[in-house]
Amino acid sequence: MADTQELQRIASQVRRDIIRMVHAVQSGHPGGSLGCTEFFTAMYFHILRHDPKNWSMDGMGQDLFFLSNGHISPVWYSVLARSGYFPVNELATFRKINSRLQGHPTTHEGLPGVRMASGSLGQGLSVAIGAALAKKMNGDDHLVYSLHGDGELQEGQVWEAAMSAAAHKVDNLISTVDWNNRQIDGDVDKVMPLGDLKAKWLAFGWDVMEMNGNAMDAVLKGMKEAKGRTGKGMPVMILMRTEMGQGVDFMMGSHKWHGVAPNDEQLSMALAQLEETLGDY
Amino acid sequence: MSTYPILDKKDTRSGFGAGLLELGRTNPDVVALCADLTGSLKMDAFEKEFPERFIQVGVAEANMMGIAAGLTIGGKIPFTGTFANFSTGRVYDQIRQSIAYAGKNVKICASHAGLTLGEDGATHQILEDIGLMRMLPGMTVVVPCDHNQTRQATLAIAVQEGPVYLRFGRPKWPVFIPADMPFEIGRAQVLVEGADVSLIACGHLVWNALKAAEELAQEGIHAEVINMHTIKPLDEAAVLRSARKTGCVVSCEEHNRHGGLGDAIAQVLGRNAPTPQEFVAVNDSFGESGTPEDLLKKYGLDTPDIVAAAKRALARK
Repeated sequence: MADTQELQRIASQVRRDIIRMVHAVQSGHPGGSLGCTEFFTAMYFHILRHDPKNWSMDGMGQDLFFLSNGHISPVWYSVLARSGYFPVNELATFRKINSRLQGHPTTHEGLPGVRMASGSLGQGLSVAIGAALAKKMNGDDHLVYSLHGDGELQEGQVWEAAMSAAAHKVDNLISTVDWNNRQIDGDVDKVMPLGDLKAKWLAFGWDVMEMNGNAMDAVLKGMKEAKGRTGKGMPVMILMRTEMGQGVDFMMGSHKWHGVAPNDEQLSMALAQLEETLGDY
Repeated sequence: MSTYPILDKKDTRSGFGAGLLELGRTNPDVVALCADLTGSLKMDAFEKEFPERFIQVGVAEANMMGIAAGLTIGGKIPFTGTFANFSTGRVYDQIRQSIAYAGKNVKICASHAGLTLGEDGATHQILEDIGLMRMLPGMTVVVPCDHNQTRQATLAIAVQEGPVYLRFGRPKWPVFIPADMPFEIGRAQVLVEGADVSLIACGHLVWNALKAAEELAQEGIHAEVINMHTIKPLDEAAVLRSARKTGCVVSCEEHNRHGGLGDAIAQVLGRNAPTPQEFVAVNDSFGESGTPEDLLKKYGLDTPDIVAAAKRALARK
């Protein structure tokens, strides 16, 4: 188990991986990936009860994680590799032909750590609910986690799923929304406002928490608190405040780096802000 | 045809319900999901006997497909139940990404398919579902012909790994397949042997094809009747064997002329043995309200339409 300082060092390397992966193929989604780096690092290096070396699709006896907003694959691929699911040098194949690291995550090429295809938005909460129900049927007391974008909440299926998770008392599920208020066309508040997001999830019957997603201590504390809220008859929702592009100054404060790759000069500028702690791939 | 007497009249959806109940008793991994149509899908017996393995999702078919996909990850074999329209067109992207592309072992069970849904009309009479589903890589598509076969198919798809679309219907229809007739996914059944024309049918229209063969026989035309209960993977060998023997083919399906069984057969013939083919199918239109019988007549899917198509095919040899 890594301490906060160690986790922050890992997060710095993960951010370097994200920037370098997206730069190498001049495509991908750096903004949301950078914003969720503390969350993914905390999850894969501290929170999840998992065994990367003994990965199996069914994940019996392990916690499961589902990424519903699949476009932030760079951050997921980085923590999967860095935590031992597959060789770190495979990150160099991201979005290239014949790679297991597809633009959006998939089971199709058999990448360890990935249990569902995602990319077309709004589908992951339903899947996580199904996996959580299966865990209950199997008498497996491990947890299911999922991550969703805030723009993604504009998809109707999310709310179908939200209703059903409460109805079926899926209390072994901790879902998190990356609440950065940015989406492709601009601020979420302008494109399609979500209204009172906390009230909405409460009204759908969830136990709702808020969390700062860009402070490692806050993420660790929040995720531990969320764990403590499971098993009480309600699904748990964490509304996680993040900054899109977090950690790279010129990518912050805008929606513009949602799906844009840095050029050579921007790559240098970004990497200069991020310490190489574990060694670049 | 004396070989296939009417044993009973039952709806194919009840065959599904019977098969599902049997699966509940024999396979603890089988779970069922329904979107507010438990009675219509005949899933109520399963729900009653196995409430802990039955998931009611309400009127939320997209969510149902996603939950089913998630259940497979824990080793479950989920059977989803709703009408064919809401099992396919409404949830195509959910099936495409979360089930087909992800390779999940979900059994999509669809009732009230085709025109014979009847009076509810075109909003519910999907005629495009076979095409939609057979276009998905890795998807198996099964369209059994009567109550007994729908029961058999329900049992069979549980033991086949991978996503399956099982299509059946609403009306009471002749039961003519003996309950013990061997059934194998992907293997066509030659119900009647003949040398003049091949009638290759699926679903309810297999019965009409048998009746058509009977009428043709009275005119000295010997039709071969093939029950092509699996549209994908198509039994190409059976198609080619029959087409090479008879020299002309009629495909019969309760589906749009585009994308269904007829197209699947035409592709096999075109690639391997170009053969005259006539299509008994809905001519690229939507349906409407009416009795199943009136609808089959109006849209050209009735027994006389198969007879006429067989004669057209024969004339093109």
